[in-house]
Amino acid sequence: MKQYLLSVHFVEGAPAPSDEEMQTMFRETDRIGEEMQAAGVWVFAGGLLSPDSATVVRIENGTTTMSDGPFAETKEHIAGFWVIKCADLDQALAWAEKCAAACGPVEVRPFDDLSQA
Amino acid sequence: MDLASIYRAEYGRCVATLARLLGDINLAEEAVQDAFTTALQKWQTPPPNPGAWIVTTARNRAVDRLRRESTREARHAQALLLHQPDEPQEVGPVKDDQLRLIFTCCHPALAPDARTALTLRLLGGLDVPEIARAYLIQEATVAQRIVRAKKKIRDAGIPYRVPAEHELPDRLPPVLTVLYLMFNEGYTSTAGPLIRTDLCTEAIRLARELAALMPDEPEVLGLLALLLLTEARRPARLDPAGELVLLADQDRSLWNRTLIAEGHDLVRRCLRRNRPGPYQIQAAISAVHTDGAATDWPQVLALYDQLLALAPTPIVALNRAVAVAEVHGPAVALAALEDVDLPGYHRLPATRAELLARLGRDADARAAYDQAMALATNETERAHLRTRRTELTREWRAP
Repeated sequence: MKQYLLSVHFVEGAPAPSDEEMQTMFRETDRIGEEMQAAGVWVFAGGLLSPDSATVVRIENGTTTMSDGPFAETKEHIAGFWVIKCADLDQALAWAEKCAAACGPVEVRPFDDLSQA
Repeated sequence: MDLASIYRAEYGRCVATLARLLGDINLAEEAVQDAFTTALQKWQTPPPNPGAWIVTTARNRAVDRLRRESTREARHAQALLLHQPDEPQEVGPVKDDQLRLIFTCCHPALAPDARTALTLRLLGGLDVPEIARAYLIQEATVAQRIVRAKKKIRDAGIPYRVPAEHELPDRLPPVLTVLYLMFNEGYTSTAGPLIRTDLCTEAIRLARELAALMPDEPEVLGLLALLLLTEARRPARLDPAGELVLLADQDRSLWNRTLIAEGHDLVRRCLRRNRPGPYQIQAAISAVHTDGAATDWPQVLALYDQLLALAPTPIVALNRAVAVAEVHGPAVALAALEDVDLPGYHRLPATRAELLARLGRDADARAAYDQAMALATNETERAHLRTRRTELTREWRAP
């Protein structure tokens, strides 16, 4: 079994979805989550608040500093993700297809084997 | 058979089987290369079943090597080898293994360039310098593409299996595309000499294997037919001076009748199955071109109409326009090209130039030839366009 991160990305400046679209998206992601649990592939999932709510913690020369905002100044930010476990990439891609239908482009990224104790 | 032809024929099959046995492509390649090195030293004459000999030797070599190593991967591979649930000893390359390897090499999660390089390396047995020469790119670039692709196969968990029936509509087209592009690059190189026979030969060999492995997939047969019918015309494609000869001007007696017969036979098999697809229709068009003394253009146009409905791409629209010109005249064809957009592709202005020349619009034709020459990357094609443009000037100067 391998674990995969399926992440959804928010692009700054892209037109915001309407309330109705948001409701549909929530409904769909709930449904996909249930489907994943029933199939036994679900590990964890969640949606994230906007990147301006983020804080970065750094330790430099033994001193801890904090800075407001996201780690990287990019236009794309992770908006939500699923962690699933399945046999191979093809299975992960099949789940990603369902997620992409609900939330837009989905990046599928394998976990390092060592992290799956 | 000499060792070189055995290597070409058996390398991919043996790697495919060893990859299943060892669960690792790199180990499989090493084992098969070891076995061929041993063969070079030991064979006075090749054994009756060289593939089986290579698989057995490679497997034994792999076991020896793994026993000497103690890494985690080695132990895993060794466990796989010792716990093969199926037959106790491989009797030779297994057909399903080749399919597995083809689908792994052409997996849509790999970059398109990497798919081709990996297919040539693992299934064709071409080494990195050979692939680099075939594509006129740096060896380091090829090596990096292959290394990255293999790493992604392992890291991302791209499975080593034949896709299920319901997955084939998604998974078969990338495989066919790899073989089609491999052949095309060989047939009309983007740079250097016009034709690279090694790539054409390898694409046809792999297409033949795929057709033998999937005899019920009409698009696979269609692709093979298309490649054979195109290859059949190769001897007539350049004149003795190395200049490009257009289809209409080709000496048909130079065409390879054996390949044409085989291609026509495949097209008939496709027709009987009645599940048309883009490669089958293109093969049917090639069959019409190679049937009889002259091309039946209305039939070609009817096939292009069918192809355009199935695959509405600008390339198909461009090729269709050539048939439109033959059936309805250059003016109608030119109008059909108006909405076709193919940025950077020299064949669009080249086709427009031909049509404009036939309409007597010489100034426009010259401008279109200039545009085409600026875009063409292959010297033979550029020379051909230059000749056409000169002929135009000559006719224009004629009283």
